[in-house]
Amino acid sequence: MELCDLSALEMTRLLRNKKASAVEILESCLQRIGQVDGRSSKLDQKTEEADKQHVHSFITVTDDLAFAQAHAVDDALAAGKDPGPLAGVPFSVKDIFCVKDTPSTAASRILANFKAPYTATPVERMQAAGAVMIGKVNLDEFTYGSSTESSAFQPSTRNPWHTGRVPGGSSGGSTASVGANEVPLSLGTDTAGSIRQPAAFCGVVGVKPTYGRVSRYGLIAFASSLDCPGPVARTVSDAAAMLQVIAGADEHDSTAAAVPVSDYMTNLEKGVKGMHIGLSPDYFRITFPDPRTGEFQQQPLPKEIEASVRHAADVLASLGAEIIEDVPMPNTRFGIPAYFVVSRVEAASNLHRYDGVKYGLRTKQPYTDLRQMYKISRNEGFGLQPKLRILMGMYVSAAQYSEQYYQRALRVRTMIRRDFEAAFDPQGKYRLDALLTPTTPTTAFEMDAVYGDSVLMQYADQLTVPANHAGIPGISLPGGLDGEELPIGIQLLGADYTEDKLFRIGRAYEQATAQESWRKVLPRVLR
Amino acid sequence: MSDQITPEIFEHLVDLAALELDETQAEYLRKQLNNQLKAIHELEAIPIDASLPASLHGVPFEAAQSAAPRADEWKPSPHVKDILSQAPELEDGYIVVPDIPHTTLK
Repeated sequence: MELCDLSALEMTRLLRNKKASAVEILESCLQRIGQVDGRSSKLDQKTEEADKQHVHSFITVTDDLAFAQAHAVDDALAAGKDPGPLAGVPFSVKDIFCVKDTPSTAASRILANFKAPYTATPVERMQAAGAVMIGKVNLDEFTYGSSTESSAFQPSTRNPWHTGRVPGGSSGGSTASVGANEVPLSLGTDTAGSIRQPAAFCGVVGVKPTYGRVSRYGLIAFASSLDCPGPVARTVSDAAAMLQVIAGADEHDSTAAAVPVSDYMTNLEKGVKGMHIGLSPDYFRITFPDPRTGEFQQQPLPKEIEASVRHAADVLASLGAEIIEDVPMPNTRFGIPAYFVVSRVEAASNLHRYDGVKYGLRTKQPYTDLRQMYKISRNEGFGLQPKLRILMGMYVSAAQYSEQYYQRALRVRTMIRRDFEAAFDPQGKYRLDALLTPTTPTTAFEMDAVYGDSVLMQYADQLTVPANHAGIPGISLPGGLDGEELPIGIQLLGADYTEDKLFRIGRAYEQATAQESWRKVLPRVLR
Repeated sequence: MSDQITPEIFEHLVDLAALELDETQAEYLRKQLNNQLKAIHELEAIPIDASLPASLHGVPFEAAQSAAPRADEWKPSPHVKDILSQAPELEDGYIVVPDIPHTTLK
């Protein structure tokens, strides 16, 4: 066991007890990156056979900056000052956040040369808490995907449990870097499941906070009404400690809610006795279009995934929770079709700013006027997935189609929200504290198996996207391994701003299953 | 079902999106768009009450939950140099762009 294998809170304890320095912890993490990450992901780089054994989480390792921050933490401790609640804890940042003076690429050619002039609020809060940013990690281009394969920076990230499998996405670099013990914490974003789905695939904890709980200032926008920054960690306690630091109102983001942040750490160990935890049949089946015929099929989930969720329910029941079966969530299946419309309209709007004028790529080819310069620059700069989202967004929001598509999708969004309101209503029939579901319909799929089929790829988010439509918080927890030793994720969903309850339930489950055999199995890259 | 987004509609969208695609890209993207529309059509089967409001976001924004607007005061940005340094072409502090095409409106 190396320093980098410890949890974030264990690192802070060692540091405060003067049993390790921030520099030593950083060196340990950098050494692990050197062992498992392989070469950094870059533009115009092809994946070679040797790359397929490595994780490739990072686009940029900011080791000089990290050493400066780590020395500052050690100096503060030596001077008897409090360096902050996450002092000396290394963390990675999904490269969709602006961090001053570092490349902030969104994994896109169009921003490959962009250096942010300011730092995103969640990153700034982590640094103010003493955490040490170690680098920027890979993602699907502009977060558009569920496997991290669409990044313009290759080799794209691979799953630490099996490097032939995807890490999930779009926060695949975040979850792989945490899963491979390169860092104990990472900052990701979740628009349809982009923290929770890769967390499930990489066997780590991923939190999508309530919309507005964490500021989006400095986050390169995808779908502004859905995007949520959130923590990736290996333990529930670490995730809670990180959210504690990054949550809260922000004068730079009017959608960051001025709702007091609960004390997550104090409530963490209070257990689940008397809590109402629901199970819904609508989360144990998936509906998706057949890739060949386009006809919709409904299938039960793989047995191993359903068994993990039911086992978690049994564990929580044994700890005193009341399990409520058959909670209806009838609009779950419409989450993806509605998302196809809402997210594309918002993405198209957000992507118009990339025009080769103020920042980012401007073509070197000759052009005759401004409009031609826009077209050539955008064609060169954007990969296929951003182009697809722009085109769909423009189509479904066009004046003649808006009522049929966009306005209808927004009403379906209301229906999805109402499913949750009914389930969590304290005076209602179910009075749930949380809904317990699988995180994903499958475990990590093979690299290249789904990439290119934009419809099937999107359905990987079927069980996570309803929370984004509704704005509610969700957390994915490691819930076991399948027959191929790939992680299975279980998900807890709660009412607005009830992250404290989700952490409590997650922590109780984590403690109660600490001795189960699957928890002793390490990701393949660490064996 | 025939393709809803025909090559003509697609070409119009590409122009509106300020893109310029080669043939291989165009073929892939048009096919994917039509496949996505088939998935989106599932929404049409849902009976929706005409009085059902649209949700532009999930969590309600009560006034008490939103930050109060800032005073409308001019403040110099501390990042002017950093921001301008990102521009692909700069001259005397101005961002340079090529000729802007003019269209006479009918």
